[in-house]
Amino acid sequence: MTHRPNHYVDPAPYDPAEDIRTPGHPDLDVPNRVLIWHRFKRYKPGVISGIFLALSYLMLPFAGFIAPYTPNERHAAHLYATPQMVHLFHEGQFIGPYVYPITAEADLVNFRWTYIQDRKTAARLEWFCEGHTYNLMGFIPSDAHLFCAPEGATVFLWGADRLGRDIFSRILYGAQLSLTVGLIGITVSFLLGISIGGIAGYFGGRVDWGVQRVIEILRSLPELPLWLALSAAVPGHWGPGAVFFIISIILGLLDWPGLARAVRSKFLALREEEFVRAAEMMGARPRRVISRHLLPNFSSHLIASAILSIPAMILGETALSFLGLGLRTPAVSWGVMLNDAQNLASIEIYPWTALPMLPVVLVVLAFNFLGDGLRESLDPYSDD
Amino acid sequence: MELLRYVTFRFFTMILTLIVVSMLVFFIMNLPPGDYLSNQIAELRATGQDSGVAKVEFLRREYSLDQPLWKQYLIWIGFWPGPHGFSGIIQGDFGWSFEYDQPVSEIVSDALWLTVLLNLATVLFVYVVAIPLGVLEAVKSRSWIDYTLSFIGYLGIATPNFLLALILFYYGHKYLALPVGGLMDPQYEGQPLSWAKVRSVLVHLIIPTFVIGTAGASVMMQRLRANMLDELHKPYVETARAKGVGPIRLIFKYPFRVALNPFVADIGNLLPQLISGAVLVSVVLGLQTIGPALLTALKSQDQFLAGFILLFVAGLTLIGTMISDILLAMLDPRIRYGGHGK
Repeated sequence: MTHRPNHYVDPAPYDPAEDIRTPGHPDLDVPNRVLIWHRFKRYKPGVISGIFLALSYLMLPFAGFIAPYTPNERHAAHLYATPQMVHLFHEGQFIGPYVYPITAEADLVNFRWTYIQDRKTAARLEWFCEGHTYNLMGFIPSDAHLFCAPEGATVFLWGADRLGRDIFSRILYGAQLSLTVGLIGITVSFLLGISIGGIAGYFGGRVDWGVQRVIEILRSLPELPLWLALSAAVPGHWGPGAVFFIISIILGLLDWPGLARAVRSKFLALREEEFVRAAEMMGARPRRVISRHLLPNFSSHLIASAILSIPAMILGETALSFLGLGLRTPAVSWGVMLNDAQNLASIEIYPWTALPMLPVVLVVLAFNFLGDGLRESLDPYSDD
Repeated sequence: MELLRYVTFRFFTMILTLIVVSMLVFFIMNLPPGDYLSNQIAELRATGQDSGVAKVEFLRREYSLDQPLWKQYLIWIGFWPGPHGFSGIIQGDFGWSFEYDQPVSEIVSDALWLTVLLNLATVLFVYVVAIPLGVLEAVKSRSWIDYTLSFIGYLGIATPNFLLALILFYYGHKYLALPVGGLMDPQYEGQPLSWAKVRSVLVHLIIPTFVIGTAGASVMMQRLRANMLDELHKPYVETARAKGVGPIRLIFKYPFRVALNPFVADIGNLLPQLISGAVLVSVVLGLQTIGPALLTALKSQDQFLAGFILLFVAGLTLIGTMISDILLAMLDPRIRYGGHGK
């Protein structure tokens, strides 16, 4: 273990024209966020995850455009349709992306649907075509789709479910709810955690004691049964939007204690610093001291821990909906879709109905890598 | 003596917490408007079966559902006399399940033991897996062993429990001939304890334990790795190495023991997760624990059953946390002295 001094002395003469943000500069004097960025860039899984997540979230408003079908569109002739490959070469000749039309046949021996490809005709995909109407970005009615199947053919990239709904389209639509649940939840938990933790840490004494007991109690309870109980209390006649909103709040409601604890311990340490006393002497109110002088000191740590708690909420929503106590049809989320894949038969015979687990795993992994990368790069002066 | 004082102190805080938790549980159970019986009354009225109403009204009085909420709570716990004197959870009367038309204690009796057993098995699994792998990861850090284990760990965290359950359920049965569903073969259900029954339960425990424990084990593994790495870079380890201490002794003599401390302290955080996981996985795999009963009870607003199960699950967590705290105090004397205020 070599010991590095905390400051760097440049042997070259001072050059006032030089930009201190020059990359590759071994200087330790550049702004903190530049150092964080430099360290973060070296952690490849974090960077890749960040890009993946950014793309996923950017896709959300345009899910309806990218998806060839709308989420609740049923194809009665294509129940449990197999996933269709997109081919490029038909009989040795390049004709652009196309699919082979499939027709259902009832297998009366095993009582299941089998699908037969018609390998003679190549149904070329249409681009920027018209389909069912949806709302672009949630409010602009539109019927344009990026691609769709020509007349008489279907394009089920990832198969269809038991009602003949396209799984690929439903996964895209499901992302809209499944990905935002975590964001709303984390906002709730953040607001609660920062204000309660901040108050406890700043005022200390009896307030702190009370808050700490509450935190201990909440942290010692198993989350899922409480989530279940709370969501069972959501009235059945509420619309999908209201249910979605209340479920995200429920998810956030039990998550704040961890955050509050972190904020509190930081506050207890920072409260004794001179700059806090200086601010108080100048007559700053607690609210201003907390938000202007204390919070910015560790806001980046807070962001990293927030990113690390989003996956728990995404998994929570999935679990609740899977058990039938979270979002309900006609709302589409990954958990609602997996609810259909609950029995062994569907996994054995129609494995593609379990496909929504793929985005769940990917997104959760990505959030974990991103959060870890951020957390590790937050301490720019550490070794290695 | 110091330890004894700590244990009593810890025990009383646990009891207090449990009381607060019971209030919380009771409050949550009463969040939905109405209750099972008033729903039933409305249904009977709607279908014109007025004769049934009298019976349900009688039941409502019998279970004090016509009392104000605070009184209902005290009666439920057993601090206040109900229509038949003191008979609440403290006195061993867990209430009546309207859905099953049976006392709650009869519905959950077997399930309680199986729940405890399942959770114990999972905790054991987490330790048996996480400790050696975590140490291995730290010692071989930045090698392919480290990277592979980390990746598997991340996957373990990211895969939802219930999906892992479904997949393993299927493949475990297909390729390893592991039994599917339930916690014992059907012929042993309701039978007295015998060796064959114990064996059947143990074989059935393999998949659930694995499924519930994976996420916890992954988290623990990573934490132990981080703790170990911190220790391994300290100068005393360097000194020991310079003096020629063998590799095994070098790791286990001090760094391992120091790294294990925060690890033990984490049982408190791990237990709620494991118990949550157990509830979910039990529903998916159809295990005879209290998980499936909780779900149906919640869905049908069967409040005494759901309330009791929630309380039991919370109590299990609190007791587990208390045991882990006491173990930790035995391991690390600093905690005993620093425990009560400054």
